[in-house]
Amino acid sequence: MTNIKQILTAGISALIISVSIPSAFASDTVNIYSYRQPELIAPLLEAFTNETGIEVKALYLGKGVLERIKAEGKNSPADVILTLDISRLVGLKEGGVTQSVVNTKIDANIPSQYRDSEGNWFGLTTRARVVFASRERVEQNIITYEELAEEKWKGRICTRSGQNAYNIALIASMIANIGEEETKTWLRKVKANLARSPAGNDRAQVKAVYSGECDIAIGNTYYAGKMRTNEENPEQKEWEASVKILFPNSEGRGTHVNLSGMAMAKYAPNPKNALALMEFLSSAKAQEIYAEQVYEYPIKAGTKISPIVESFGKIKPDNLALEEIAKNAAIASRMVDEVGFDN
Amino acid sequence: MRKEDKLSWWQALSGFRPSLLIDRLGLDRLSLVLIIIALLVAMPIFTLFVIALSGDFSSLSHLVKNVIPHASKTTFLLLFGIAFLTAIIGSLSAWLVSFFEFPFRKTLSIALMLPLAVPTYINAYAFVEFFGFTGPIQSLVRNIFGFTSSRDYWFFEIRSLGGAIIVLSLVLYPYVYLSMRAIFYLQGRKVIEAASLLGAGHGRIFTNILLPLARPALALGVILVLMEAINDIGAMEYLGVKTLTFSIYSVWLNQGDFAGAAQIALILLVIILALVIFERLARNKQVFSEKEASIKINGFQRVKLNGFAKWVALFASLTPVILGFGIPFFILGFFALRSLKTGFDASLINALFTSISLATIAAIITVMVALFLSYAIRIKNTKTIRTLVRLATLGYALPGTIIALGIFLPLARFDNFVDFYMRDWFGFSTGLLLTGSSITLIFAYVVRFMVIAEGTISAGFEKIPNTLDQASLCYGKSRFDTFFKILLPLMRPAIATAALLVFIDVLKELSATLMLRPFGLETLSIYIHDLASRGRIEQAGLASLIIMLAGLIPIIILMKTLQKS
Repeated sequence: MTNIKQILTAGISALIISVSIPSAFASDTVNIYSYRQPELIAPLLEAFTNETGIEVKALYLGKGVLERIKAEGKNSPADVILTLDISRLVGLKEGGVTQSVVNTKIDANIPSQYRDSEGNWFGLTTRARVVFASRERVEQNIITYEELAEEKWKGRICTRSGQNAYNIALIASMIANIGEEETKTWLRKVKANLARSPAGNDRAQVKAVYSGECDIAIGNTYYAGKMRTNEENPEQKEWEASVKILFPNSEGRGTHVNLSGMAMAKYAPNPKNALALMEFLSSAKAQEIYAEQVYEYPIKAGTKISPIVESFGKIKPDNLALEEIAKNAAIASRMVDEVGFDN
Repeated sequence: MRKEDKLSWWQALSGFRPSLLIDRLGLDRLSLVLIIIALLVAMPIFTLFVIALSGDFSSLSHLVKNVIPHASKTTFLLLFGIAFLTAIIGSLSAWLVSFFEFPFRKTLSIALMLPLAVPTYINAYAFVEFFGFTGPIQSLVRNIFGFTSSRDYWFFEIRSLGGAIIVLSLVLYPYVYLSMRAIFYLQGRKVIEAASLLGAGHGRIFTNILLPLARPALALGVILVLMEAINDIGAMEYLGVKTLTFSIYSVWLNQGDFAGAAQIALILLVIILALVIFERLARNKQVFSEKEASIKINGFQRVKLNGFAKWVALFASLTPVILGFGIPFFILGFFALRSLKTGFDASLINALFTSISLATIAAIITVMVALFLSYAIRIKNTKTIRTLVRLATLGYALPGTIIALGIFLPLARFDNFVDFYMRDWFGFSTGLLLTGSSITLIFAYVVRFMVIAEGTISAGFEKIPNTLDQASLCYGKSRFDTFFKILLPLMRPAIATAALLVFIDVLKELSATLMLRPFGLETLSIYIHDLASRGRIEQAGLASLIIMLAGLIPIIILMKTLQKS
């Protein structure tokens, strides 16, 4: 009996040790906490390591990055934080987990409307939220967000949950552009036009257009690129081929864009390496890889756009200050509840 | 003194020292350890309380007006539907394989547990694929009738409340099945023989005798199912079903109000608490003899089914396996085959090893703690302690991310506290002692899945009459010996079941793992999530199959244990 217990105890201790090796503090590394899947940025990080010899450790955490860093406090291993949404970026700054970075190279690469004035966060790519319209059943090639509330779209629109960060940002941009009351009326009418209750991701909406369930879907452009090049699931190529991309409001204020971005953690243990990484991510080389891999819009002026992104059409981004979107995000989220958008 | 020296640390820790237990002082010490453990398990709930109270309740008034009416209706219907469906599937299949003999009965009695290994989000995905527009069923319908668009015909929509009830029930019913099988095995045989001697038909025996007798087991199974259903976010998000859990996330992440999110989480807890209390009250009214129930009849003969009845039984117990395991296996196997062409990912092996290590450690610790809690309650049954343990284990009903934060926040505070004083006094940093390693993660698993182990093991203890302990003590055996030499062997099936359930749940666990893991720790579920959230779940087919197969091993071990005893 005792022997078994001893073996068990030894075994458990060995197992615990084997899965708990904290090694985030080596000197020539940089640690990333990410809202974004590390595999998407893997080619970038590889290029960075090749160039600088600095090893990159990325931890994809999904929800709760902010709360975790806050709780870790001064002992947090995070150097750089990567996120996918402007509200999260601003949230990091407001949560007090970022530090100000003033660096002429980064500032030269990233236009001022896409970074925090105090250097607490920087955009890396922009992501346009557009309309995917059925090639078969939708004739028009011009559209506005406002138009989605019109009677003619009754039962023809598909979208994912209103509480999804991308939709929240879109609604927040509407609030900033046309006012809260107007937006609420608009949202209520869009809800009434939906072909089905919001469910699934952006791709599922395009699939619904393909299947005939709806005629237009709201989604981010890069999904078109991902579907078009999906070799593992070639059916998605057909879904994508059944829709055309319409950039809303391109004749007016421009299409709503969101931001993927980065920030340096307040207590970054390797600030030098963090800075090197941030410089690299904003550089022409990284921006090109980025755009090539994920079909988003690079942020550095003059970066070559991938042919697939070019095929989506010309974009005129809405020049609304991104902080305005972040500021209205909570109102937008409550509005989604108030009009019962997801019900 | 020498005898004391030989005792290993965990015996000392858990208070099983015979010398201590005999005198009154020892018993007090036992209560103390018991309370400390219960408080540790209850830590995330306490954290949530503190966080909830720190808020200004502004979200709450918004929620009461705009969210809660709809979300609680959805949540109620979801829970009701799932309770109903899992109770029927679980008890019917357990009844069939326990009391009747029909083709493939033995294989099916194992196979009925298979859906346990399918994570809910995977099943949601598989069902949407299988029954969706591009799936085999609808494609066939279109080919036969010549339809081209989904507007030409009506088809059941999986992305709906009804769909969610079906998708979740099909992978959660094994909780009911397992506890019903155990109770039928222990209790049913004698009564069924008596009843049939008196001329009762099988149907009447089932509804009038077996079901009422098995109600505690049924309730335990269903409550586990409901707790797992209510904490689910992955499958619900995918299926577009907006439960209260969904609004926890929107309040937290989109409205930036973590305190508000904690407040809704506590509402969830109240719902589950109400369920548990309701079940306890119902059970207290019920009288049945513990002593009689535990006597096993040897040489029990299953009723041999013939003709049509035999095929009905086969069909009825095969259907849940096909729907809950067959469909996801088919869909993921299809994708796995496809992705094999694009190459095998070496990090998958690594993730498999990590997952199995974590699941093994967590299962062992959870079962040990649960054994201690249940046994301590058995010998020192005070209301306060019982209530405390019940409360502590309710955390299972909360979404994993919320539980994870409830653990992470106090532990990180502890880490920083230790680090601060170590720097101050000794001049070196200890960093994030607990939260920087996977200890926190294992702790979270133990806390999250404690209710499964504790419920199963307590139910096992209830089957063993107290007179057995008393007899053993009368013969001069110590509590220690009574526990290890008499109770433990009898408890083997319950312990094995508890360990199995925790093991599989850890394999499937995603949200707490994602939130709490240290650098470099990848598990199978994270691997799947990585691919799935990039919309490349096809590639995750292989990993999902591995989760399902890894879940098979303990299921087979469990069956062997159950058959031996």
